Amino acid sequence: MTEQAAVVAKQHEPWLRIAKRPTISQRKAWSIRAAAFIAAILCGALLILLLGHSPFAVYSEMIRGAVGSKISLVSTIKIAIPLLIAALSVALSFKMQFWNIGAEGQILAGGIAATYFALEWVGVIPAVALFLLMFAAAAVGGALWGAIPALCKAKWNTNETLFTLMLNYVALGLIKYLQAGPWQKPGGHPQIAMFEDAARLPKVFGVHIGWIIAIVLVVVVTIFLSRSKHGFETAVVGQSPNTARYAGMNVGRVLVRTMIFAGALAGIVGFIQVAGADYTLTENTAGGVGFTAITVAWLAQLNPLAMVVVAIFIAVLEKGAGRIQTTYAIPASASDVLIGIILFFMLGCEFFINYRLILRKEGKKRG
Amino acid sequence: MGEQNEIAIQMKEISKIFDKTVANDNISLDIRRGEILALLGENGSGKTTLVNMLSGIYYPDHGEIFVNGKKATIRSPRDAFDLGIGMVHQHFKLIDVFTAAENIILGLPGGITIDRKALYAQIRDIAAKYGFDLTPEKKIYNMSVSEKQTVEIVKVLYRGADILILDEPTAVLTPQETNKLFAVLRRMKEDNKAVVIITHKLNEVLEVSDRVHILRKGRYVGTVDTKQTSTQELTEKMVGRSVSLAIERPIVQNRKLIIDASHLTCVNGEGLTTLDGVDVQLYGGEILGVAGIAGSGQKELCEALAGLQPLKAGSILFHDEDAQGKPQVENIAGQPPIEMIKRGISMSFVPEDRLGMGLVASMNMTDNVMLRSYYRNKGPFVDRNTPRKLAENLIDRLDIVTPGVNAPVRLLSGGNVQKVLLGREISSQPQVLIAAYPVRGLDINSSYTIYSLLNEEKKKGVAVLYVGEDLDVLLEISDRIMVLCGGKVSGVVDAATATKEQIGLMMMHVGGMEDAVKEASAND
Repeated sequence: MTEQAAVVAKQHEPWLRIAKRPTISQRKAWSIRAAAFIAAILCGALLILLLGHSPFAVYSEMIRGAVGSKISLVSTIKIAIPLLIAALSVALSFKMQFWNIGAEGQILAGGIAATYFALEWVGVIPAVALFLLMFAAAAVGGALWGAIPALCKAKWNTNETLFTLMLNYVALGLIKYLQAGPWQKPGGHPQIAMFEDAARLPKVFGVHIGWIIAIVLVVVVTIFLSRSKHGFETAVVGQSPNTARYAGMNVGRVLVRTMIFAGALAGIVGFIQVAGADYTLTENTAGGVGFTAITVAWLAQLNPLAMVVVAIFIAVLEKGAGRIQTTYAIPASASDVLIGIILFFMLGCEFFINYRLILRKEGKKRG
Repeated sequence: MGEQNEIAIQMKEISKIFDKTVANDNISLDIRRGEILALLGENGSGKTTLVNMLSGIYYPDHGEIFVNGKKATIRSPRDAFDLGIGMVHQHFKLIDVFTAAENIILGLPGGITIDRKALYAQIRDIAAKYGFDLTPEKKIYNMSVSEKQTVEIVKVLYRGADILILDEPTAVLTPQETNKLFAVLRRMKEDNKAVVIITHKLNEVLEVSDRVHILRKGRYVGTVDTKQTSTQELTEKMVGRSVSLAIERPIVQNRKLIIDASHLTCVNGEGLTTLDGVDVQLYGGEILGVAGIAGSGQKELCEALAGLQPLKAGSILFHDEDAQGKPQVENIAGQPPIEMIKRGISMSFVPEDRLGMGLVASMNMTDNVMLRSYYRNKGPFVDRNTPRKLAENLIDRLDIVTPGVNAPVRLLSGGNVQKVLLGREISSQPQVLIAAYPVRGLDINSSYTIYSLLNEEKKKGVAVLYVGEDLDVLLEISDRIMVLCGGKVSGVVDAATATKEQIGLMMMHVGGMEDAVKEASAND
């Protein structure tokens, strides 16, 4: 069978060809990543030069802006928290090769559920109970949003990518309806009122307690994936549904169950955003976190511990890019391009880790 | 006779390296006109790689190829055609919804319109000349495997090939079809064409070829004249040492009926009946061989018994004893595997698709061994210690060559992958063992390991169902052979007395056995 595959890969000898690496040492893989990072920085430097600034100054300002002071550090971490948890969520579904791009919608669904209790139950029950209730409600809301496409895939083999994408818009529409309808704040604008203090997450070391939740969830997901029966089933279903069936697993049930977990995680992001960062629900509550999380999960190769590093890395980039916009009057679009360049190189280098390029040897010129 | 034949192709010091594997190491050999040359070697010995360099699929890393005495650069299949080299691949490359004629001219230069009449006439000419049975207007999807192969061969002849290379051409044919093919090949030889067949079946080499080039582990071992050799010598050259080729058939007394399935019927996604009223009994201490042309319902039968294939009709009665030793019978038809496990029915299944169904290619050996037992562990977590020990034990006991229990199984060779799979299935101490093509793609040594593992299970009283493609092996190892044809049972024969020809007839049509008897009596 491998010979057949090779037949397709190597029809004839062109000047450059691509071959899959059978194995690669960790050291070599990391040196490729390091090289890609340096290439990205150089390429970004070119862009900065074109804009008429000193790359050195701009880069150091980026770093200063992201981690240079306590205030900037706090806001960088506030960017990293939702990214990290959302990445854990998509990693679960990707482990199962369920191409879920609906974390955005699941975050919003969780946010809506948490907001209901924040608005209606605040002051009725003690704060701790309220937080627990909001947390649970958000998890359930997200789980529901995640389970729907999984159920349909299990029953009718629907396309999960389209399905989860469409559910993002449904959640967004729901929020717009709530803003302009039942939950509209008195006084004109279609907005939801700010939460009262009792419904706002407390802070530990200057950052809302979302960071503690995130660390706990990293541990939970790590254990889930590596040690639990469910995690094992998730991985087997992802690698080969046929083998899963053969081993006696109920593939549909594994799909739905894993998506309930993934959705719940995303829902918790919604809770943390509304109760810890924005103190209200808007259509920007998710703000693209669900999509950036896909990048985080892939860059970390679905490894939860690596996601911590990657989420912080991307948060630093985002925060730093925000800083250079104000300091150097670099337009937002240009700083987005800069982030794009760096991510492109980091994701792109995985290709060179999996494949190698072979140049045609001399003396075999096309006759 | 070989010496005076004109040399068609000369390969000099050819090497081909994939990553770290040397597929061909400095091979020099010749192919002559007017002879049938067998290229013999075990799986992975580099036969296919070597001829792929003649047909333009690979390009050699080192060495030269001379065609008709002139140095040739074969860079693509088109270059190969221009040199008159035609290859018939093991896996057919035909378009199902086209007719034979359309497939034959596919890819050839020509005008906008096709003169079908002239084309059909040309094709019929070729067919008549070499004794093919071929209808140019017939669509591929209506054809049997052997007809498809005919189309492939005519395709290369139509393009003017006079050097023909056939990769494992008999793997998918019945004995009768094989004889027909050989007759065609002999006619080509008389027509002064150079014919190369790649094979690992020794009987066929002896029957049809004039000379044999032997490869072992990517190296050229030598050439022998077919007339002056024997299976034993060929095997020794191919394997590199002497091997006993006898397969045991231990007789187990006191066989107990374990599975009594009747009227098994399956329908596939397109509404076609893939299994049609099949009755089958499996006895403990017996190997039931299953023969049939590829796609005659073997896969469906195995999966139906293992609970992986929805049944349209039929029952599967499982005979067992309860805790008090009282016999009990249960119908397990339509039960998913998990339900069987719960009821304590232990059935092992070695599926045809080892890495796509039996194992998870990207996972390591521990996880793969765990696959069939992980749910037994109490609580929400998995226990990797027991499967790791079992995996280490299997490596020891079955001589599995692997970098270790933590290496993904996709890095293992075919034989070792199969040992992991079969080892895991046997270690669960099953009452029933279903093995689909367990030696496909394995070298001789691994194959014999597998045969003796199956025999050991049989001696323990396990009911073994063995689906095979090599009739010689089936006749030696099985106690009874069930022949499938188009999803139906064509008959069940006693392996000790049946012949290959009988089974071949039964493979081609249901009731072929009776016809064979009639034919024999008509000839008297």
